[in-house]
Amino acid sequence: MDPAARLGPAQIDVVAQLAVSTLLLGGIYALIAVGLTLIFGIMRVVNFAHGEFLMLGMYLAFFAFTLRGVDPYLVLIIAIPIFYLVGLFVYVLVMRGVIHASHNVQIFTTVGLSTALQNIALVMWTGDFRIIRPWESSVVLRAAGTAFNLAQVVAFAVAVALTVALMAFMKWTHTGRVMRATAQDRDAATLMGIDTDRVYRLTFAIGIACVGAAGVLVSPLYAAYPQAGLQFVTLAYVVVVLGGLGDMAGAMLGSLIVAAVEVGGSYIFGAAWKEVFYFLLFIGVLVFRPAGLLGQRGAETLGA
Amino acid sequence: MLRLEAVDAFYGDVQALFGISLEVPAGGIFALVGANAAGKTTTLRVVSGLVAPRHGRVVFDGRDLARVPAAQRVELGIVQVPEGRRLFPFMTVTENLLLGAHAVRARAERDATLRYVYRLFPVLEERAAQLAGSLSGGEQQMCAIGRALMARPRLLMLDEPTLGLAPVLVGRIFETVRTINADGVTVLLVEQNVRQALTLATHACVLESGKLVLEGAGRALLVDERLKRAYLGL
Ligand SMILES: Nc1ncnc2c1ncn2[C@@H]1O[C@H](COP(=O)(O)OP(=O)(O)OP(=O)(O)O)[C@@H](O)[C@H]1O
Ligand SMILES: [Mg+2]
Repeated sequence: MDPAARLGPAQIDVVAQLAVSTLLLGGIYALIAVGLTLIFGIMRVVNFAHGEFLMLGMYLAFFAFTLRGVDPYLVLIIAIPIFYLVGLFVYVLVMRGVIHASHNVQIFTTVGLSTALQNIALVMWTGDFRIIRPWESSVVLRAAGTAFNLAQVVAFAVAVALTVALMAFMKWTHTGRVMRATAQDRDAATLMGIDTDRVYRLTFAIGIACVGAAGVLVSPLYAAYPQAGLQFVTLAYVVVVLGGLGDMAGAMLGSLIVAAVEVGGSYIFGAAWKEVFYFLLFIGVLVFRPAGLLGQRGAETLGA
Repeated sequence: MLRLEAVDAFYGDVQALFGISLEVPAGGIFALVGANAAGKTTTLRVVSGLVAPRHGRVVFDGRDLARVPAAQRVELGIVQVPEGRRLFPFMTVTENLLLGAHAVRARAERDATLRYVYRLFPVLEERAAQLAGSLSGGEQQMCAIGRALMARPRLLMLDEPTLGLAPVLVGRIFETVRTINADGVTVLLVEQNVRQALTLATHACVLESGKLVLEGAGRALLVDERLKRAYLGL
């Protein structure tokens, strides 16, 4: 007999609830990680400022809601083009100069960018936790012995739709092919008439648009504050390494695994332990499958 | 069609080309031969724009290319098949070919050019869905040439297209070069198979340690005493 039916509609089936929570969380993590892995896969740059763009997305949703009463899901529509432009701007201003520099220079640059953005946020908006409660965060849905709120479901659905759209874009459009080609052999791409600087600009802008959108999507669920990006981005690194650097399908899988570890670990041992589990997982992957769970082929595969 | 005027090129502090001047006339096959490290690849890279000359000029159709970035030169019809093929290994044969037609000028005629390439290399059509990295050496070379043809070159530069291929394939590649040229494409060919290259070429020159040491009609060089001694082992 169906356990949910036995327990009655108001009861919670623990296993089903954990599974659904994992799925919902995993979808959001995927959208954060996919931009990071895209930027790494094509530009060979680890964007340590990735979380700060998530934070900016959260603030955008916060101010749009509190000052203008605009629902986060409407904000999402303008947030994607806005963060795309932010990405272009940051690329031209900051990243272009270091794209062919050594890894050390790149790390200093993106860590510096991260610190700068956090401090700008701190100065402009203080360190207060900013929380919004639009209607969708108080609508509770129940199904098959599980309960979750509408904001989680929408965040999951939109995140998965955007992630899948990006993967399809990379695989089947001419521009996606051009981006993968640039990642695999930059000189050969140039010899085909591909403007590789344009490819990097586009890549960075798309990655930032994804994470900015993720920031808006999580705004009904998490507080915005200057370091809000950090909590997500640490796990995004774990996801990216799990999935294989530059591998977008791997990032989807990695997101689910990280979400499962977080949800299961928090349930059994308490929420305080979750970061310990991430890093055990992280170290485990680096030791046993440094190329990522999905394979040996390395970052160059990018959507192949 | 293409003229190099006293080109000096460097990698860092190391000079690779010393005052190279040469003229590639439209419509022919121009062979560039020379020993290893003579500067053949560097010469092609100067023309395609991957290496900027420190002195001298590269002129294409009367236009100085100094301010034309490499990617833009493809738009003018200058297309290089790099040494070692340099396919996109994790992409399929079709994807590689389609990427060849990235230039605006080539994109409009993409489907027709693809049919032309498949007619020239039927094996590429059979292997269409296979990853380029998993092709045999000969197939990879055909794919690399096919990819370059997709860009609708006016000047096709081939860098050692027969390197590492079995003799029967070497013959096939030379045959294909002749066909491509007959279809109206000017060819600049870098080759180690000096005898075959000079037999095919309408014009040729010999590079030695970054300097141009001999120049002339292809078959004339074939009987040149200095060249015979240095490269043909006669
Ligand atoms: N990327 C590079 N960095 C530094 N030096 C280089 C580089 N590429 C070539 N060189 C040097 O420039 C000179 C000319 O090299 P180039 O590749 O043009 O020769 P080549 O005639 O094509 O030789 P091969 O027949 O071996 O392909 C050589 O001395 C080589 O060592
Ligand atoms: Mg060479």
